Amino acid sequence: MTDTRAGKQALRPHAEEAFAEELQALAAADDRPRPERWRLSPWAVSLYLLGGELPGGTVITPKYVGPRRIVEVAVSTLATDRALLLLGVPGTAKTWVSEHLAAAVSGDSTLLVQGTAGTAEEAVRYGWNYAQLLANGPSREALVPSPLMRAMSEGMTARVEELTRIPADVQDSLITILSEKTLPVPELGEEVQAVRGFNLIATANDRDRGVNELSSALRRRFNTVVLPLPESAEAEVDIVSRRVDQIGRSLDLPPAPEGAAEIRRVVTVFRELRDGVTADGRTKLKSPSGTLSTAEAISVVTGGMALAAHFGDGVLSAGDVAAGVLGAVVRDPSTDGVVWQEYLEAVVRERDGWKDFYRACREVSA
Amino acid sequence: MTTASRRTGAPAGAGAGDRGAQPLLLGVRHHGPGSARAVRAALEARQPAVLLVEGPPEADGIVELAGDEEMRPPVALLAHVLDDPGRAGFWPLAEFSPEWVAIRWALSRGVLVRFIDLPAAHSLALGRGADGGGPEAPEDHDGADGRGEAPDGATGLPPGAAPDSEPDGGPAQESAAALRIDPLAALADAAGYDDAERWWEDVVEHRGGGVSADGPEAPFAVLGEAMAVLREHESDGGEGGSGGSGDAGGESGAGGGPGGEVWRDRVREAHMRLRLREACREFGAGSVAVVCGAWHVPALTVKAKVSDDRQLLKGLPKVKTEITWVPWTHRRLARRSGYGAGIASPGWYGHLFSAPDRPVARWMTKVARLLREEDYGVSSAHVIEAVRLAESLAVMRGRPLAGLSETLDAVQAVMCEGSDVPLALVRDRLVIGDVLGEVPEGAPAVPLQRDLARLQRSLRLKPEAAERELELDLRKETDSARSRLLHRLRLLGVDWGLPSASRTGSTGTFRESWRLRWEPELSVQIAEAGVWGTTVLGAATAKAVSRAADAAALADVTALAERCLLAELPDALPVVMRVLADRAALDADVGHLAQALPALVRSVRYGDVRGTDAEALAGVAEGLAERVCVGLPPACAGLDADGAARMRGHVDEVHQSMALLGQARGESATGVHSRWRAVLHRLAVRDRIPGVIRGRCARLLLDDGRLAEEEAARLMGLALSPGTAPADAAAWIEGFLAGGGMLLVHDERLLALVDRWLAQVPAEAFTDVLPLLRRTFAEYEPGVRRTVGELVRRGTLPDAPRADTGTGEGAGGTAAGLSGFGPGLDVSRADAVLPTLRLLLPGGLPQAETGGEGGPGTGTEGAPADRVPHTEREEAAV
Repeated sequence: MTDTRAGKQALRPHAEEAFAEELQALAAADDRPRPERWRLSPWAVSLYLLGGELPGGTVITPKYVGPRRIVEVAVSTLATDRALLLLGVPGTAKTWVSEHLAAAVSGDSTLLVQGTAGTAEEAVRYGWNYAQLLANGPSREALVPSPLMRAMSEGMTARVEELTRIPADVQDSLITILSEKTLPVPELGEEVQAVRGFNLIATANDRDRGVNELSSALRRRFNTVVLPLPESAEAEVDIVSRRVDQIGRSLDLPPAPEGAAEIRRVVTVFRELRDGVTADGRTKLKSPSGTLSTAEAISVVTGGMALAAHFGDGVLSAGDVAAGVLGAVVRDPSTDGVVWQEYLEAVVRERDGWKDFYRACREVSA
Repeated sequence: MTTASRRTGAPAGAGAGDRGAQPLLLGVRHHGPGSARAVRAALEARQPAVLLVEGPPEADGIVELAGDEEMRPPVALLAHVLDDPGRAGFWPLAEFSPEWVAIRWALSRGVLVRFIDLPAAHSLALGRGADGGGPEAPEDHDGADGRGEAPDGATGLPPGAAPDSEPDGGPAQESAAALRIDPLAALADAAGYDDAERWWEDVVEHRGGGVSADGPEAPFAVLGEAMAVLREHESDGGEGGSGGSGDAGGESGAGGGPGGEVWRDRVREAHMRLRLREACREFGAGSVAVVCGAWHVPALTVKAKVSDDRQLLKGLPKVKTEITWVPWTHRRLARRSGYGAGIASPGWYGHLFSAPDRPVARWMTKVARLLREEDYGVSSAHVIEAVRLAESLAVMRGRPLAGLSETLDAVQAVMCEGSDVPLALVRDRLVIGDVLGEVPEGAPAVPLQRDLARLQRSLRLKPEAAERELELDLRKETDSARSRLLHRLRLLGVDWGLPSASRTGSTGTFRESWRLRWEPELSVQIAEAGVWGTTVLGAATAKAVSRAADAAALADVTALAERCLLAELPDALPVVMRVLADRAALDADVGHLAQALPALVRSVRYGDVRGTDAEALAGVAEGLAERVCVGLPPACAGLDADGAARMRGHVDEVHQSMALLGQARGESATGVHSRWRAVLHRLAVRDRIPGVIRGRCARLLLDDGRLAEEEAARLMGLALSPGTAPADAAAWIEGFLAGGGMLLVHDERLLALVDRWLAQVPAEAFTDVLPLLRRTFAEYEPGVRRTVGELVRRGTLPDAPRADTGTGEGAGGTAAGLSGFGPGLDVSRADAVLPTLRLLLPGGLPQAETGGEGGPGTGTEGAPADRVPHTEREEAAV
């Protein structure tokens, strides 16, 4: 667990390794004041994320494509001593942003606590080396620090992934850390105080059902930034087709030549229902209860590809995606059913070139 | 002090030079709180004897009112053409407008105030020529705007103040696609800003109240110089033809053509120069202060020949105008309004202006208070953190002070948990704000009043205190104009005329009856309605648009759409329709949709009658009908008794509307109509639907001839079968039989079914069922009730159906029907009656046994007229 440094041939290098050159160039060019223990100034951190060109000619690739405002607020938050909470539906690059922020600010993105339903308090505070504990009693040597504890003592940026999946009682152990900036160790009668430079980036999924809502006491310690869904349909179609292509290859599905039109259609349906307004902005629509995220669009298309490849003629058609779309849209039969019917009758039926899709959807809805 | 300045009057060179010789030129950004503060400081330091303000000189006479106790900004100077109030210009002033601050300062010290811009008499006359738009054109613009916040109808006209991205206060003609470079943007660009507004905020507005080291007049001098340089560039651009400013024109009078933006600017500046000279001669240049758009400052300092200026002003078109003060709102100051004063954030500026110190902290506290009022948990700790974040954001973005965007970003991240819903609230309520100005009673009459008087004259509709009836034939032009006027006034809350039931009893759509009475307080209401616009049409349009946006229920919007049609507000209608379509799309309550449909369908028909283009309306109506069709079946499931009764009412209304829609729209609505029938079918047969709705649907289909009688009987049999709870069965009967019992009289098979079921209701359930049945039957006309009663009492009723059902439905129903009446039929006694009956009814009833389809077959298909004799025959039979 503590040995996070992988070998040279890591399947996926950490952000600070993959972009070491850019970080170096930025650090060299950055002459603005840096908060204590920061590798870069806040300005350079946001430049690192948003991309741009340095005076020396080094090109910084954009890590996050989205509103500048979001990155600026996130970096400013870290520069104050408030913790940062990145919210968003799945697939909005929360983890990606948090990793790169940690890499740019502290040069280390590995001080990570992965939140799960089974995350125990030891993972957030500290654990014990039980052999030591039994042999010598409680001592500093027997204590196994969590990534958070290490970040506090070294003044680094810690990360907590999927904060809302962590059970509420464990979540609350963060309150002391974030407000008092200290972690008491009652067994030893001492405490670990955070040194300057320590901060916390948490990510959470705001659309999942059945998560552990943050207590308002904890919520108050965070500045919240919501990462939006892709802004334009073009960008989303692009993301979906690229991902579908990758997944399709890993599943050994034959590539569907006519898939692009169908992908566009699925993305359009998802976007329209999600936004509650048609793409031309003329008609308002009800939104169903599901998230209809980009990730779901990807899985609908992948499912359709599998159908087309194994049971169809290999060409992705309206019929192949219709059932998937229905399944993604109608999560709650009592309310979403009406939403879907209305959408079909008011929008799909009237649209040019969508006759086949309308028929296919009517078939699976009936 | 004065002799020196009297010599020429033409000031030379920008800047605050010798105090005694130069007039104080205060170039401002209209509605800039920083400018306002600086202006006050500069005036305080100079103590001029006369204040010249950029604005229409006609207002000189009413400027005193600005000092009135009851005058509260935001207000606007409103100038309009005397006999055409639709042509009007506004000069809005907010609490934080430099002009307002200067005027108030002057009035409180007894300093003379004069307006020096081109007289409204000219600018309004020019406005028309330049735009080429009719007097109604501005309303078009407002209607399309859709916000309902700008009921001024002044968009196309040349108000003398307050453009947005220009610092000059030049004509804010939105229609004029001025290619002239934006001076502020150029300055901002030079400073490395991408947004001119932000640059201005940083260098001027956020300077705080502090006076700069060089004295209070120094910033104005610097700004004047910057503008002078910019203006030089502009004329370079004009001569060199470079960039997009080719039309910008040079200094020579031939630059911009008459009516053009540049030409107009020069005319205005010539007028300002003349007035300035006049004031300088009168009071001495050193005692004159000028507050005008920064853009004009260099123009006031150039040496121009008096004769040239006079020449420029010669022969300008002129109209008779009136001017007054009207209340204004922050919303109308905001940029997004149809006629905006050009400030995206009047509330924020107001705050910057009024906050004595620590503007960001005070602002955050305001935000927190607002959010708390709206039940968002925001603590003082949030405020502290938000201020810190805003400040660190400002540092990161390299701004001197946290501006609006920093504070809002911080509010969103800290107080709103990243959500933009509460943020929207903050934007609406604080950044823009709900401030409404007030104008003292002494202000001259609003143009709306004049417009009304004009219309009353031309339509020969005198305001009289005595009540009188007015019958209007809408096919006549005058009458239809009168009707429109009355409807528009009603929309404005001026209830001069109230629609009354027609005396002639005619219900045709060509006739309208009104009861007219002019109450004195109506004048007050007119004055109040003056905020909506300058003409009755414009004001009604603006009001309708605004009401559409604020309407709480969908049905309100449809009712409004109907009134828009009646009042003929073509510009309001699209907006209302748009709101309607949006509301309908988002309204999950089918009840609301169903309520909305009838008025809408009526409107479609009215539209046809009045020749208005009801195409859009019909489209919306059909869309609404479509949604009702989709949403109704799920909405009918699982309702309690009250809900079901309400829904039954909706079904009835929708059914009628669908029929009307079918009539009005012919072909195109048949799709919807057939869908509706399919929905009725579905509802009629589905088990989970409450009985009253099922029954109603069956009845509606039966009446339309879309349900075979056998099928109706089968449905009734199902609904009344022993497995059904008595209460539900009674509800079904209520639904099926409500609104006319003739059906029972004629289709005795159905009567038999009801009768049999009633007899089978267990004693303990009977008391529950009784009120329902009573309610159903109590609605029938006495004659029908009696006939039904007699049919039942007589016990002959099974006779007729027996023959009929024997062929159709099977004998089961009949036999069971008989059992409802008692242990059995006394066949021998019945036989004894038959010969007499045959004699009484030649060719009638008895043939049933052989002829079959005789009697009841016509029962439901035929019109009531066919039925009556039939009943009489049967009654006569006994």
